[in-house]
Formats: sequence, C-alpha cells, structure tokens
Amino acid sequence: MADVTIIGAGVAGLFAAHVLALRGITPRILDRNGPPGPHGCSWWAGGMLAPQCEGVTAEPVITRLGQDAARAWSAVTPVTPRGTLVVALDRDRAELSRFARRAGDHQPCDSAALEPDLPPRPGLFFPTEAHLDPRRALADLLAWLAARGIPVERAEADPQDIPGPVIDARGLSSALPGLRGVRGEMAVLHAPEITLTRPVRLLHPRHPLYIVPRADGLFMLGATQIESASRAPVTARSVLELLSAAYALDPRFAEGSVIELGTDLRPAFADNIPRVTVRGRVLHLNGLFRHGYLMAPALAQQAADYLTDRIKGELIHED
Amino acid sequence: MRDFYGVTLPNALMLGTAQYPSPAVLADAFRESRAGVATVSLRREAGQGQAFWSLIRDLGVRVLPNTAGCHSAREAVTTARMARELFQTDWIKLEVIGHTDTLQPDPFGLLEAATVLCAEGFQVFPYTTEDQVLAARLLDAGCRVLMPWGAPIGSGLGLNNRHGLRMLRAAFPDVPMVIDAGLGLPSHAADAMEMGFDAVLLNSAVAQAGDPVAMARAFALAVQAGALARDADPMGVRDMGVPSTPLIGKAWL
Repeated sequence: MADVTIIGAGVAGLFAAHVLALRGITPRILDRNGPPGPHGCSWWAGGMLAPQCEGVTAEPVITRLGQDAARAWSAVTPVTPRGTLVVALDRDRAELSRFARRAGDHQPCDSAALEPDLPPRPGLFFPTEAHLDPRRALADLLAWLAARGIPVERAEADPQDIPGPVIDARGLSSALPGLRGVRGEMAVLHAPEITLTRPVRLLHPRHPLYIVPRADGLFMLGATQIESASRAPVTARSVLELLSAAYALDPRFAEGSVIELGTDLRPAFADNIPRVTVRGRVLHLNGLFRHGYLMAPALAQQAADYLTDRIKGELIHED
Repeated sequence: MRDFYGVTLPNALMLGTAQYPSPAVLADAFRESRAGVATVSLRREAGQGQAFWSLIRDLGVRVLPNTAGCHSAREAVTTARMARELFQTDWIKLEVIGHTDTLQPDPFGLLEAATVLCAEGFQVFPYTTEDQVLAARLLDAGCRVLMPWGAPIGSGLGLNNRHGLRMLRAAFPDVPMVIDAGLGLPSHAADAMEMGFDAVLLNSAVAQAGDPVAMARAFALAVQAGALARDADPMGVRDMGVPSTPLIGKAWL
C-alpha cells in the first residue's frame, strides 16, 4: 500500500510526489483525467521562474520562497538560467522606473546587449531569474516518477474515501472555501525569424505582456488576468491586446503563425498566496495562482516537512 | 452635504476595485480608505465572477457598477442593464469612452445613453468633462449627479482644468458632483474637496501605489482635510503680503 495518496496530477501534485519520493516515501498518484494535459491549468503556464519581477505585485513570501524554484526544477527538467529582460515602450518610460523602484535584484541595461535581435530599448535585467518549458517539465516529472515505479493512475477519487495521509492537489475542483478562479489567456506563436534567449516582459499601464521563448521558434505570449471564473474561449479582445503588445515589442511577431490560443482558471486564495490547508489527515495543496511553477517546489517542501516531521512552514494553514 | 440620489455617504471617497495586487490587499485598502462606495467594472468580469463579487459584497459598502470599457451608447446601455440585474441596484456610473488613448468621454454617446437609462429608472452617475453645456444637457436628461473628470483615467495628473471645474461647480451649486478619474495624489483629492466638490472617485492612485493600504489611508485623511477646510471658509487669496501682526506701534531701534 502507498504511504501517501496524491489526488491531482498537475504541477502541485506531481512536484509533491517528487519531493516525497526523494525522501523515501512512495506516493500513489490519482487523477480523474490521467497524466497532465490541456484539462489542467499547469498546461497553460508561462514557465517563468521570476521571483523578483513577480515581487512587484506579489507578497514578499513569493519572492523569498520562489528563489529556490530554479534549483529545485533543475533536478528534473532543463532550466534556462538566463534571467529576465524587462522593457517598456518609449511613452511608458515611467513604468520602467516604477518597476525598477519596486523590484529587487536587477540592473539597468540596453536590451541590445542582452537580446540583440530585438529593437533596442532601455530596460532592466534580472540576472538571477530563469525559465522552463512547462509541458516539458510536466513530461519530465512524469518520467522521473515512472522510473521510480510511480505512475499516474486515471481514477476519480475523494479524499474521504482513502485511508492514510492524502494530498489533495486538485486545484479548483477541490472547492476549498475562499478559493476562486482567476482567468488567464495565452497564445503561442511560431515566429522563427525572431530569436530570444530569455523571457521578455513589456510593461504597459493597461496591457502588460510577457513573451517566453520555447524551442523551435515558438513563443508563449501571456497572459491576461481577469477576475472571472469563465472558461469560455479566449476573447477577441484579449487576443488583440496580447498580439498588439507583441507587435509593439517587435513588428516581426505579426508575421508569426498563431499556433495555439488557450485559456484556463488559476486557483487562488484572497491573498494570492498558495497554501497547504491541513484538515486532519488531508493536506490540501492549492491556490498557486499565477505562480504554479515558481511556488510548487516550496509548497511541496513544506507539505513534506509537515507530513514527515510536523514542521509548520509559513504556507501551512491548520484548519 | 449633498446626497447622491437620496443617499448620504459617510465618507466622501469612492474607490475602484480593479488592479490591486490581490483581493486581500483590496479589502485592507477599503478598510483604511473608509470609502463609502465601491465601483466595479462589469465589462470583463461579466458572468462567472461570483467569487470576486462576493469579496466585493463582503466589503460592506454600497456598490456602484460602471460601464468602463464601453465605446458606444448601445454597449453602455446593455452593460448597465446587466449590472442592474447582477447587483440589484439602480445606480450606474456611466462611462462611454470616446478615445482609446486618452479614455476621454464621448459626450454625444454619453448623453444618448444617459437619456435612455434615466428613462428606464436608472440613477445615473455620468463620467463627463467639465463642459457646462454638456452638464446642463445631462441634467435635462434626468441625471441628478455629475462626475466631471480631473484628468484622463489613470493619468494621475490631478485637476487638469481648475478654472473649468470651478466654473462648473459655481454654475450648478445644488448638483452633487464627484471628481472622477485622473487623481494621483492625496493633495489632488484635498484640492477637489476644497473647491467644493462632494466626493472623489479614484482607483489607480491607490491600487497602483507601492503600498495601496497606506495610500488608501492617505486619501482618507486628505478627503477629510479638504472637506473640513471647505466648511471652514478659507481665507481669500491676495496679491500682497499682509502681516499678521500690526506694524504700528512697533519699536524702531
């Protein structure tokens, strides 16, 4: 029999399995949809490991605990430690200085020195940040677990029906009190003329954009953040905003092909900080908001610390 | 204090609910601001925003839905009708945007939409310019409150046309008026209150501050200071220096 049962094979559940396995615990992983795919919000993420940039709007705990994410992910998947470039259009120069005031660990730069393929602009360089490809990371996590005899079983499960310790990492399906969905929309472009080696963030008072380079000339454009739990297809307006921002950054993006448009809901609590909610023998890992890949390692570590040694990290909430 | 469609507000601050780092920060900012009204935008959060709505309802303040992002009278009217159903209120902050970049009101669309909505029993808060003719037309259409802009939405410029705003205030002394949009600093809010406006409405100035909760408190104090100063009948402005102690009788050594 498994030592711990994990329900939900998204980034939170899989990373928790990884951390437990490293500690000699063999979890059983159940998910009603089987291995990760378009049904889970982990599929639609950008994959930026950017604790400093996120710290401009997120609570300080995100920056502090997110700093270990790149190292933690390197154990299972390729992580590109090339930092983040932040730029603004000429007329939004004030946004750049405001961002600089509020973010840590960066230096002013000329974008041409970092990404010579982009039209040159003054910018900010965040050298300690990194990125990964989320779908590759999920596949690599699955393979890592499979190699240790831990498959993802396709099964509907309710924590109450399972004996022993349970990690419930089902995201919005778990209907925890206080959990809400925050809609995000993204696009994938194929623009092989353009070369980027690191995520680029374009600051804009109304339509901020990030572009994350992926392999084979693909670019992930993200992401809107709308206080709505609607799963309706991406709106034309959001596509216009994302693509216009990309076009403003480099007009050659307009020549790219739209490979994919996606939308999903990010599970979040009111403070937008992820939590391990402890209810008896069930640990709910949830509320990763827009920080799934950034915060899954810290959340998994704290859940494991609680399970094995009853250590109450700052993400632990005993109900 | 002038009332808004029969409602007297405990505090002359109205605060928007967009762009905060998190709903928790939003709730803290509201508490500190002591705002009596929360404006909410229906355009994008329409439909499945129940979790967010319940957070707004938990603030315990009056909700003023708006038609932000609408570019035509027709769009604004549809949005207003949806808002009435969703929030069970006749209050509507009517925004009809005329220009994508400056977000300045479209006066013609605004008047058209206000006419339709007033006839349908809405209590309309029109987001307008400081133009007196337009103000008169909006009042004719049935609006009982005006919301002249301070400056373009989100610009943080403060009161861009103080002369125009003062003229508007003087032209319609009995009409409740809210300075809406463009405020960036508490001093702008105090300024508006000192000029005799009945309330201020802001969002970005608080939500986009590095510490929204502290900025909310700063605005609460500024609004209070401005209102106190207005009621205290400020001294007039003079061109010459006037000593506060008499010169006659002073010893010449």
